[in-house]
Amino acid sequence: MRLAGKVALITGAARGMGAAEARLFAREGAKVVVSDVLEDEARAVASEINDSGGEALALALDVSKDDDWRRVVAEAEARFGKLNVLVNNAGIIERHSLEETSEETWDRIMAVNAKGVFLGTKAALPAMRRAGGGSIINISSISGMVSVGYPAYNASKGAVRVFTKSAAVEYAGEGIRVNSIHPGAIWTPMSLYKNERTREERAATVPMGRVGDPEEVAYGALFLASDESSYVTGSEMVIDGGVTAE
Amino acid sequence: MRLAGKVALISGGGRGMGAAEARLFAGEGAKVVIGDVLEDEGRAVASEINGSGGEAFFSLLDVTKDDDWRRVVAEAAARFGKLNVLVNNAGILVREELEEGDGEGWDRTLDVNAKGVYLGMKRAVPEMRRAGGGSIINISSISGLVSLGYPAYNASKGAVRIITKNVAIQYAREGIRVNSIHPGVIKTAMMDGDTRGDEDWDRLLPMKRFGEAIEVAYGALFLASDESSYMTGSELVIDGGFTAQ
Repeated sequence: MRLAGKVALITGAARGMGAAEARLFAREGAKVVVSDVLEDEARAVASEINDSGGEALALALDVSKDDDWRRVVAEAEARFGKLNVLVNNAGIIERHSLEETSEETWDRIMAVNAKGVFLGTKAALPAMRRAGGGSIINISSISGMVSVGYPAYNASKGAVRVFTKSAAVEYAGEGIRVNSIHPGAIWTPMSLYKNERTREERAATVPMGRVGDPEEVAYGALFLASDESSYVTGSEMVIDGGVTAE
Repeated sequence: MRLAGKVALISGGGRGMGAAEARLFAGEGAKVVIGDVLEDEGRAVASEINGSGGEAFFSLLDVTKDDDWRRVVAEAAARFGKLNVLVNNAGILVREELEEGDGEGWDRTLDVNAKGVYLGMKRAVPEMRRAGGGSIINISSISGLVSLGYPAYNASKGAVRIITKNVAIQYAREGIRVNSIHPGVIKTAMMDGDTRGDEDWDRLLPMKRFGEAIEVAYGALFLASDESSYMTGSELVIDGGFTAQ
């Protein structure tokens, strides 16, 4: 098993890509902390993992709150003994043009998508140092690379992309790797949220001719979480069916 | 096993990253064709794989020769029934600055590193189409992203980076995925003759060490396997943080 003996904390793990990562990591031998603001859904994912022979713990986590992070990292260490992997997956979207983007929207998106990654990375570092190293995987987006039309979301994902490199270079000497994943059109609750475009309409914009499944992102996260990627840090893994290649 | 039932052709499979990929892929269940101009080394890797329960054969492959590619792809299909994965790994480094040399170094570098990738993809694609899809992995370099080393090498690796995206888009709907890997400084025979001191490298490498061939091979394994089914036209950088700063 590719994550045997490792402890992984995944944010936004109640559904979508986070839930897919939690299930996949558990199958590969990791003990998983399923964290989310959606407590009932997070508990359901953890129960499912525990019922199928894995080990998981559900914890409430609002990634924009430093106190939440301290508590969750401490509980992860207390329950599972250490922390090796953090997937900063939690994120929100609001679909507005620049002039329709209110200051509140900007602040809310930045608090979750960008500040949440900063706080999580900061809170996890001491625990990973105690564990002798670790892997942090920040879920950015192709919106961190090119325009998708929603400026606040774009900006937040661009922040994640470059913050990742800063943390990667700073902690490379300590065996803590930090990489970003840039999913394209993945079929999740977020992609459905206030989005009037159908699955078919979105598939038509992808060179592969289809939208991606959460599992297809989870496998990228698995590679980055495992020791197979031991020389990968500060890198961007694009999983988008070819959208940004053209 | 992550490549069970797949047939993989690896150019430059006689040593370094190519040999590491050949061993790893065979260990994950792939039948492996090792192409190389280095006949003794290539045969030795194939024997080692066959001796440890895998399946492999060596075929002489000069990646600059279209006839070689036609023959090797045909042999792969004849011996193993199909072709699912191509790793364009063969490459050379000519240590020549811009104003040095008579242009022969440029021609040779571009022939092997860029034209070799073009010819390989051209001959592999029809066979992959017959197989119902496939994965092509082009070994570029961080020299395909930033200035490092020598201009001809830089240019050749930049060419590989972008032809990867072109072919990825062209064949995305046929289930043929094409991605590039950008290794940083990896401990292989290609680094023999490097004149930089440890202090220079410590400054350039956030991880303060060279990578191992196996650390690139695992990236190629991920891209070769169906785990990367939604990845095409992407760049996988494996450089210990070199280009992040």
